[in-house]
Amino acid sequence: MKNRTFFWFILPSLMTMILFIALPIGSIFIQSFHIEHGAVLKEVNNCGPFGCKLEVQVDVKASEQLKNDKPLGKFNGFGTYTNRNHLAVNEVSEAWEKSPTFKDFLTKTYNLPFYRALAFTLTYTFVVTPMVLLLGFGIALGVNSLPKQFKGPTIFVSLLPMIVTPLIGSLILFWMIDAEGILGSMLQWFFEDPNLSLKASPTLTWIMLIIYGIWHSAPFAFIVFYAGLQTVPMDTIEAAMIDGASRWERTRYVVLPHLVPLIVFILLIQLMDNFRVFEPIVGFSAQASATSLSWIIFNDLAGGEGSFFGSAGATSVLTILGVAVLLIPVLIRTWRDFKGKVV
Amino acid sequence: MSEIIHRRPWSLNTLIFVFVFCWIIAAGFPFVWTMWGSFKVQGDFFSKADWAYAISGVRTQVETGGAFTGDGYFGAWITRSFWVAALNTMIVVVSVVIISLSLGTLGGYALARSGKKYAFYLLMLALVFRAMPHITLVSGYLLPFFEWNLWGHLPTAIIVMVAINQPFTLWMLHSFFLNIPKDLDESAMVDGCSRFQAFRHVIVPVMWPGVITTGLFSFLLAYNDFTVTATLLSQSNQTMVPKIASFLGTTQTEGNVMFAVAAVVSATAPLFVLVLFFQRQIVSGLTSGAVKG
Repeated sequence: MKNRTFFWFILPSLMTMILFIALPIGSIFIQSFHIEHGAVLKEVNNCGPFGCKLEVQVDVKASEQLKNDKPLGKFNGFGTYTNRNHLAVNEVSEAWEKSPTFKDFLTKTYNLPFYRALAFTLTYTFVVTPMVLLLGFGIALGVNSLPKQFKGPTIFVSLLPMIVTPLIGSLILFWMIDAEGILGSMLQWFFEDPNLSLKASPTLTWIMLIIYGIWHSAPFAFIVFYAGLQTVPMDTIEAAMIDGASRWERTRYVVLPHLVPLIVFILLIQLMDNFRVFEPIVGFSAQASATSLSWIIFNDLAGGEGSFFGSAGATSVLTILGVAVLLIPVLIRTWRDFKGKVV
Repeated sequence: MSEIIHRRPWSLNTLIFVFVFCWIIAAGFPFVWTMWGSFKVQGDFFSKADWAYAISGVRTQVETGGAFTGDGYFGAWITRSFWVAALNTMIVVVSVVIISLSLGTLGGYALARSGKKYAFYLLMLALVFRAMPHITLVSGYLLPFFEWNLWGHLPTAIIVMVAINQPFTLWMLHSFFLNIPKDLDESAMVDGCSRFQAFRHVIVPVMWPGVITTGLFSFLLAYNDFTVTATLLSQSNQTMVPKIASFLGTTQTEGNVMFAVAAVVSATAPLFVLVLFFQRQIVSGLTSGAVKG
């Protein structure tokens, strides 16, 4: 295809991506180096019946004016990055110096909002992703060996957790797990503890969110693996059987190697999607015990105390760095795989 | 394949059946339960006395006189005007699907036929864009949108979602177009068509299976979105998902979670229908990127 023609074909699509993906990323960087204006103060001579005194007041009009003239705020350099709500450089180094044990240091660091969110985000990503791969593979093997007439309906039901809106899916589970819902009361009965409430315990909240994540994403892995299983070469399987390979050996040495490209694909998508975990925290109202990076950005923007663009920008930049670190190995692999083929 | 099934020991067969059965319960039961419960009163759905009340509807009998009630639905759709949100969702979803497919087919076709190096780099760039958490992009939009008075309107949310959707759409359509033989449009060009005419008259008629599958995923992205719609739309323009989230803030204090339950079930119903009719397309779409690409 001629370069010119290519350009006109791709232009509309490329324009939307540049305008609404590339430029916002630039905008985040600029925002993250600025901070909201402080209030403009003025001295007023306040005269009452007991004489006059000089008072410092907030000049509402001037503050408003300043905000309108420079909506971005004032330049702050790396100030936002290093403050308590983000990397908290001072607090962390202080905790490092004053903590007697490493565990103490971790506890202190965990109490800082950014590290709290980071801890949950990373735990979620690195627990949910392998579990999704495992469970998805298990279901795919199971469904693949079902009699034909059961396969269709099974796939239909399996798709539901993935297809449903994440916020709605988490709400549905949240209501069932409520102390007065069916799962909640069953758990109380099972553990013989009438006061058991999943909402009250941070550990249980984390587990609940992770279970939700696995429930939501396993169907995706299942479908991809299931499709992969249909293309496993039967000749190789039969050859392995003739050579006396057991069922387990056939799965391990024939089926699994055949599925490796799919594992990389699922890994890539899952790492991307799990790192942005956000809706389940809103759905489960879990912010008291678990926050994620996406959630703290959302809270900065629409948390009800006004919008802190500088703070949201800084967290966004740090999140994007996190995504980059996380994805570089998988991206390099995709790059190499893809380069071998014709575009 | 069938001979292998017969040769499987019964213990393994039982294990497989039990495992798949457990998964089906885990995947499907929450939906059945919530749908059933949405026709009950709050005292049954969240039962202090006995969870089994939700099945028999003891409190529902007492409060409304029947075993089922549509109060939750009436409250959500009429009293709290959920229908406005449903209408907004429809506008947003239809526009997003149509616009992103129009842009995506052109771009995906160009990427599939280019054969140049830069097409490959563009695809990689799209993959990087796909990795950006949506909320980080939103935090880039908010301030400019406030300043230019673009915030709060449906078209703004639509174009933003189209853009967020583009990387995925491009990848998917690109792999579909790769499967359409090159000879088809090239022979048309030999006959004197321009590239666009060849696309319009030869490729467009045969591309629909791929476009429908990609459209399904665009639909799901727009329909399921919470991040963009919750932050970029004003109260009056809210779509269903942020509306449900706002129910939670207010209804729990009013003691009427059932509005939210009814709204959740209402919003899930179209997705059920979608899976019912397009199961094959969804499955093929999920796998096309992986198995072929």
